[in-house]
Amino acid sequence: MPEFFHRKVERNAIGFVLAIVGVASIGGFVEIAPLFTIHETVEEAPDMRLYTPLELAGRNIYIREGCYACHSQMIRTLRDEVERYGPYSLAVESKYDHPMLWGSKRTGPDLARVGGKYSDVWQVRHLMNPRDVVPQSIMPRYGWLAKNDLRIDDLGEHLAAQRAVGVPYTQAMIDNATQDAYGQASPDSNYASGVSERYGKATNVRAFDGDPSRVTEMDALVAYLQILGHLTDAAYKQPAAQAEAQE
Amino acid sequence: MELDKRDVVTGRPTTGHEWNGIEELETPIPRVVFFFLGTAFVFSLICWMLYPTWPLIWTYTKGMLGTDQKQVVAVQVEDAALSRATWTSEIEKKSYAEIEADPALMRSVKETGHTLFGDNCAACHGVNATGGAGFPNLAAKAWLWGDGSPEALEETIRVGINSTNDDTRTSQMLAFGHDGMLPTDQIEAVVAYVRSLSSLEPAGDAKRIEAGKQVFAANCVACHGEDAKGKRDVGAPDLTDANWLYGSDAQSVFTTVYSGRQGHMPNWAARLSPLDIKILTVYVHTLEKKPQ
Repeated sequence: MPEFFHRKVERNAIGFVLAIVGVASIGGFVEIAPLFTIHETVEEAPDMRLYTPLELAGRNIYIREGCYACHSQMIRTLRDEVERYGPYSLAVESKYDHPMLWGSKRTGPDLARVGGKYSDVWQVRHLMNPRDVVPQSIMPRYGWLAKNDLRIDDLGEHLAAQRAVGVPYTQAMIDNATQDAYGQASPDSNYASGVSERYGKATNVRAFDGDPSRVTEMDALVAYLQILGHLTDAAYKQPAAQAEAQE
Repeated sequence: MELDKRDVVTGRPTTGHEWNGIEELETPIPRVVFFFLGTAFVFSLICWMLYPTWPLIWTYTKGMLGTDQKQVVAVQVEDAALSRATWTSEIEKKSYAEIEADPALMRSVKETGHTLFGDNCAACHGVNATGGAGFPNLAAKAWLWGDGSPEALEETIRVGINSTNDDTRTSQMLAFGHDGMLPTDQIEAVVAYVRSLSSLEPAGDAKRIEAGKQVFAANCVACHGEDAKGKRDVGAPDLTDANWLYGSDAQSVFTTVYSGRQGHMPNWAARLSPLDIKILTVYVHTLEKKPQ
């Protein structure tokens, strides 16, 4: 390296600017280029269902309370994780996650497939005071979720925002978001049937917090937790497909 | 600005800038930095060749090793299953009685069963299987469903209770007060009667307990039986023993009768393999009995 090479570069202002742009764009290229072949890396999941308005509200609470700071939603392709949590996460499973909540820190366990693993009652009791059910837990209490009524009047706008970034919500879903959020947590109400009509029969329609007369933030968060890992069963089919590909 | 000026002390060239008499030496980047930069670049070149890396227009470079993490983990899980096959194949073949009679096999079951229980069951039933309010104590062996045989336990683990499984066990304690089937004074009477069965009402009002007995006979015997010992084919608990799923104090029992109860055990067939369920069944069946 000639001793005064940088002298020449630094004295040529235009050249120096071009050099900076050239070097910086390498970083940009490395991040952007993989998107050119994204269709090769993201699996197909035609059966993938959308988050209902109530689940989306729960997801917003999950973000608001910072759950992602201690819980990941990403089962890696490692034997111990697959044996503990279930099939490894696929890219397609986060297709409708804006933003994604993969997380990078596990103070608590991974939640990618926690849906259906425990009962609603357990989830509620655990969020009220984790030590009631898991004595050695260090998770904080989230008791206010059961006291706070969920704001459901603006959920249509949340759905519309998701649609703007590519989630295929229909106009009917957006128009009925508030009713659907109420119906999903009130199985005996007139609004309950619309939820399964619009989001599929497999949708959980229950009084998640045990009280069908109110829609609380607890309802929303538990509804969200109970659907985690169950938007599509592509991940459960994947290992079988892998085994076939090997043979 | 004077180019090629040299510092008198070190003899090195300066940058030519001067600030209040202070000049800056022109010190080139040490060679060792270039050495490590080059080494790192060579290292990444090798990695680019070995592993999947660069996106092309229609596909991406697959690398010479043909590594695919999805296949790696599939092979690892398969290998692990194979290395355990010496004893897991026996678990699959043998009956519950045969497994429990085999001490070597039971050691493996205890070890693996403890991990499986910790990952899946302990959140509700506790690490020691002693349960908690609303979640049954499995170590007490006071079964709600079936006779406590391994077959009955396996069925419960497999289909769950009030779960999403098509064959789920279903049970519900009705909300006698909330749904207006019994007035409050009758509920209080039946609570006193039920508690008296376990001698929890030593100073109880005999008349009220007698009234509670009438209420019990008219409303509760269908599920809990005339002797209040419960019916294990409908998941109705024994009310005469020392085990209380939701608490034995008068307030808790009142809440149970007033608002009803409906516990939920998930559909584990959707999550665990038949082998895992069999191991867990043996694990739970052979838990040391710890009365409450």
